Amino acid sequence: MISLNINNQKVKVEEGATILEAAEKAGIKIPTLCYLKEINKVGACRMCVVEVEGAKTLQAACVTPAAEGMVVKTNTPFVRKARKKILELILSDHPFECLTCVRNGNCELQTLAENLGIREVGYQGEKTESYIDTSTPSIVRDPNKCILCRRCVSVCNEIQNVGILFPNERGFNTFIGPAYGALLADEPCSLCGQCVLACPTGALHEHEDIDRVWKAIEDPNKHVVVQTAPAIRVTLGEALGLPPGSIVVGQMVAALRRLGFDKVFDTDFAADLTIMEEGHEFLDRLKNGGKLPLITSCSPGWIKFCEHHYPEFLENLSTCKSPQQMFGALAKTYYAHKNRIDPKNMFVVSIMPCTAKKFECQRPEMVDSEYLDVDVSLTTRELAKMIKQAGINFDTLESEEYDAPLGISTGAGAIFGATGGVMEAALRTVYEVVTGEELKSLDFIDVRGLKGVKEAQVELPGITVKVAVAHGLSNAREVLEAVKRGEADYHFIEIMACPGGCIGGGGQPIPTNTEIRERRIKAIYEVDKGMKLRKSHENPAIKRLYQEFLGAPLQEKSHHLLHTCYAPRGKYTKS
Amino acid sequence: MSVKTSSFDKLNPEQLLKVRQIIKKHQGEDGALIPILRDIQEELGYLPRDAQVEVAQKLNIPLSEVYSVITFYALFSLKPKGKYHINVCKGTACYVRGAEGILEKLKDVLGIGPGDTTDDGLFSIDVIRCLGACGLGPVITINDETYARLKPDNIPGIIARYTDVGTKDYEERPVQEKVNV
Ligand code: SF4
Ligand code: SF4
Ligand code: SF4
Ligand code: FES
Ligand code: FES
Repeated sequence: MISLNINNQKVKVEEGATILEAAEKAGIKIPTLCYLKEINKVGACRMCVVEVEGAKTLQAACVTPAAEGMVVKTNTPFVRKARKKILELILSDHPFECLTCVRNGNCELQTLAENLGIREVGYQGEKTESYIDTSTPSIVRDPNKCILCRRCVSVCNEIQNVGILFPNERGFNTFIGPAYGALLADEPCSLCGQCVLACPTGALHEHEDIDRVWKAIEDPNKHVVVQTAPAIRVTLGEALGLPPGSIVVGQMVAALRRLGFDKVFDTDFAADLTIMEEGHEFLDRLKNGGKLPLITSCSPGWIKFCEHHYPEFLENLSTCKSPQQMFGALAKTYYAHKNRIDPKNMFVVSIMPCTAKKFECQRPEMVDSEYLDVDVSLTTRELAKMIKQAGINFDTLESEEYDAPLGISTGAGAIFGATGGVMEAALRTVYEVVTGEELKSLDFIDVRGLKGVKEAQVELPGITVKVAVAHGLSNAREVLEAVKRGEADYHFIEIMACPGGCIGGGGQPIPTNTEIRERRIKAIYEVDKGMKLRKSHENPAIKRLYQEFLGAPLQEKSHHLLHTCYAPRGKYTKS
Repeated sequence: MSVKTSSFDKLNPEQLLKVRQIIKKHQGEDGALIPILRDIQEELGYLPRDAQVEVAQKLNIPLSEVYSVITFYALFSLKPKGKYHINVCKGTACYVRGAEGILEKLKDVLGIGPGDTTDDGLFSIDVIRCLGACGLGPVITINDETYARLKPDNIPGIIARYTDVGTKDYEERPVQEKVNV
């Protein structure tokens, strides 16, 4: 332990802690911009400067280690003036578009300008002028709003290890982006959106599709249904001002009805269905010598990453569509038919934690209902904006229930929202289907939590099934490389593109960090615990769907509507 | 910043072979990237996109990382030098006599900035510090020729003479601004 003095306050911290961490411990706030806990520590912006007794210049608190006996002042006139100057310099090359910016009200730069009391910007500098990259359906890159903090670079390279975003060129010409300033659509990018979560400004954001949804809702000829992904029920509240980990299932359903959706359904239903199909696919591969390890396919960011960077594993991917797409294909066939609705007049909206889902629903093969299976995919953040636009007072809404039948689900569907959840849900079903016995405990603790790669073994008659769970693409890489080297003999692997799984998806409320992820995960398992049914094969609506429409898992109709295929996309795409 | 691609991105088979040999020579070394890029730059005079992809593939790193390094260091270039390479002096003497205006005019006329090459491969521009002709500033050189005491208005005429090459032989034409230092 070292002790130092900050603003006349004694603080004790572990050796190696920075001044910033020491100040935090003492309850003293130092403004930061490029710093992002656990992710980016580059000392680039100098926003966090403090006075250190004996030092000739101001020190950046986020990178300067605390030292024994150090005397630090974080709030002197000199420090305040310096920070203001630094921020003014950053702002001198920034468009003043707060009123029309997607991050208005949730922007770190804007907040800093307010907290530091910026009322005018004295410097008149050259302004960056760049194209805005709207080439993908998922993510918009607006380098004009980029402050070169490099947070996205750290995430894309260290957390995700995809390697799309880098700093390029020097001096005033520096820009953050892909090689040659290429468009994201031409890059081997997963569209995971983790860079969006990390960006302090509006330089990276989701492609907004809110207006297309309003238009469909207002069209009297359209039957508009909505599905909500498992993770949304534990994160939407956050985007509307509630604490992280708030469970808001009932209010969310009520809000969606007030927005004007004709039916409010649940992706959890489709998640249960995914388990039925994927569970049987796994058993089939196990029994008939199919390609193993089987790897899950619910995360479209992971799928796109695999198509670009690991084409050798495409045959290992489950052919199951993701729950979002299974839902869409069934909504415009099974549901439409049952309710005598012309699928041509149906409009399927999904609320997803994810930016890659926007890409997924536009994949050309996702039209097995003979229409676009899912018309629009919105992020959690976009739904929160719609609720605000509609003037709905979320806090005071009474809980409401999902509509039947596509809104009926089990706890197994709910846990899809957290890393390890798909595996756990699958094991609950696979075990009982194979053994015919009831599981004593439904909780597969080994596959839960934020450890990067998790392993577990399950005894089935005649075989010990080895499974692994990876979340975040650098962990995915680690597992795949181990399999390639022949060092891992897994039978079944769950991979999610985003750290923490969908609760940490690129479409989730900002900020998203480790602590917040933990609280959302806890909430997801609470939802599971609170469900009457917790195993996908016990979902009555799923049983009925097979009886009335699909027959059995992996049969012809399932194959046509619920399964898909993949193709390599190239690691060095065109430029 | 803009999306830039051009004919300079390709490698012919002979160049590809050279690039592969260079990579092989350094592969496995610690921090092999920079020596590899340096050797390719030396061999080809620049770093075509195809060569960057080759390096990325062999070192198993993203193309974006290779590009990031190349564009950070002034010693690397993405395009070959033009057939006519222009050095613009921005040393102190030339600067005070209006080198900035000369450079602006060149940018205007050629549509490229320092470190860049025109798409037809004819011209490239670099900025350098002091050509040793301070008394004659502002000064530029085009290949071996030196042009001194320039005014922005002289630039279009000078450039025109090089772009006309091929129709009339440049060497035989009368030159007013040519100054031997
Ligand atoms: S990024 Fe932030 S500061 Fe910049 S225009 Fe948007 S809201 Fe305003
Ligand atoms: S979406 Fe993911 S892979 Fe693509 S640039 Fe952002 S962090 Fe990198
Ligand atoms: S895009 Fe955003 S996160 Fe990336 S460097 Fe620019 S401001 Fe920072
Ligand atoms: S926050 Fe410390 S230098 Fe940017
Ligand atoms: S400063 Fe230009 S030649 Fe010396």
